[in-house]
Amino acid sequence: MAYFPDDMPGVEPNMDDAGFWDNCRRRELRFQACDACGMLRHPPSPICPHCHGTGVKWVQAPDEAEVYTYTVVHHASHPAVQSRLPYVVAVLEFPGLPGVRLVTNVTDIPPDRVQVGMQVGLWWDELKEGPPIPRFRPKESAAS
Amino acid sequence: MSRHDRAATIVGCGQSRFTRWGGIMEKSQFQITAEAISSALKDSGLTARDVDGFASFSNDANEGPLMQVALGVPEMRWSSMVWGGGGGGSIAALSQACAAVESGQAEVVVVYRGLCQGQTRRFGRFGQGRTHGNFVHPYGLFAPPQMLAMVVRRFMHLYPITEDHLAEIALNARANANRNPNAVMHGREMTKKDYLGSRWIAEPLRLFDCCLETDGACAVIVTSRERARDLPAKAVQVVAVAHGSGPAWGSGPLGSNNMPDEDYASTNNRRVAKTLFGKAGVKPTDIDVAQIYDHFSGMVLMALEDYGFCGRGESGAFVAEGNIRPDGGLPLNTSGGQLSEAYVHGMNLLIEGVRQMRSESSTQIKDAELCLVTGGLGVSPTSGVILGRD
Repeated sequence: MAYFPDDMPGVEPNMDDAGFWDNCRRRELRFQACDACGMLRHPPSPICPHCHGTGVKWVQAPDEAEVYTYTVVHHASHPAVQSRLPYVVAVLEFPGLPGVRLVTNVTDIPPDRVQVGMQVGLWWDELKEGPPIPRFRPKESAAS
Repeated sequence: MSRHDRAATIVGCGQSRFTRWGGIMEKSQFQITAEAISSALKDSGLTARDVDGFASFSNDANEGPLMQVALGVPEMRWSSMVWGGGGGGSIAALSQACAAVESGQAEVVVVYRGLCQGQTRRFGRFGQGRTHGNFVHPYGLFAPPQMLAMVVRRFMHLYPITEDHLAEIALNARANANRNPNAVMHGREMTKKDYLGSRWIAEPLRLFDCCLETDGACAVIVTSRERARDLPAKAVQVVAVAHGSGPAWGSGPLGSNNMPDEDYASTNNRRVAKTLFGKAGVKPTDIDVAQIYDHFSGMVLMALEDYGFCGRGESGAFVAEGNIRPDGGLPLNTSGGQLSEAYVHGMNLLIEGVRQMRSESSTQIKDAELCLVTGGLGVSPTSGVILGRD
């Protein structure tokens, strides 16, 4: 079962971010980089801010990341999350991927135990519609 | 006209009544906005026939060209809208009005914002069409308090900032609102216990760390100093005004996740602050009173640092020493701000700045000569102005 109920707002890929979601469909978390100068950027963007190249490559993310910051959400700003409260939204950083920060959820842990600097591992959440969504859980339980 | 004579000057301000969201249903948002402009014109001694420009921000639905028709303005020579969906552009709209007046492209520009969240939508809720929504909505990151809670969390991780310091921002705002009969929270006192007992919205932000959701409209009138001399209203100088952004702030949700690391736990105002103080030729210690955009308490603490009122990581100690109270070194948000007066995307803070410079505030700071007013924090663009007593 998906982490959030089926009426959760989902992904509607657009011309500039479709490549990211195509990779998610293959259960691959990859970040966009300029194929001319190699500069990473996220969310995907149609032109490289460093060299103005428009060609891209998709760099594989490591399975593990670090919590840069997070919040514990207690108030439902959309009816779909009511049954999931409180839940954790975090910003993650990835070793070896400068300039990339990913907004995601940290799951499978009591919210009051989440900490900045915590190591988390990737899991894929299959939704009823749309591409699988990358979410994370504490590293020790990532394999389960 | 000399450069001095052309200098932008605020000559009038007007506002609707302020209510909780959904409180103004008997009149349309457009109507109360038009009435706020009309009242600002009366305050200035000018009429609609003198107006030739409109400036707003934040996707204001009360379009300038429609406002021209509604108010009977014979000729429009300036219309502008600042990009960005939050309050970051409030003072940027003022800066556009000043640019119009000082360049001679217009003579009398109205800066305004009307916002009835009961008639449109609540900003604290999920909204379609957010930039990069695909990268936030599937995770339940929907609204500004959640997004900026993460910035505040990082700030509290890096520096000795505690819930006591967040509380002081909220308690000061409420105490000031209780001297302001027009404030939505007037008559509702708040104790530290009330603050700590308020429910979590998105940790580390409680309900009382978050701005109100209200209905209201505000307008100010900008013209040249030369024109202001012939008007009855007390003129307020725009000593320096600026807006802008550092790198990459526009790329994340509410600019909250992809700015450079050294900028992350900040408000994106350091560059604006440097420009402002440079143009004005004054230092932070010269500022007598400040109206800092208080959508969320923790962001105000960061702004105190970004504007140089205290050092990096020292804002907690700064507010704990009583500095932001009316008898402190930097009285803050003297109308009650957006935490306790009303949330009109920062335009009510600009009006309070004008009142301070005209000695008309309900929490008047004696002999105040300079007032800082900022636009929304932690977004792109951000903006600020130093107002001066004429």
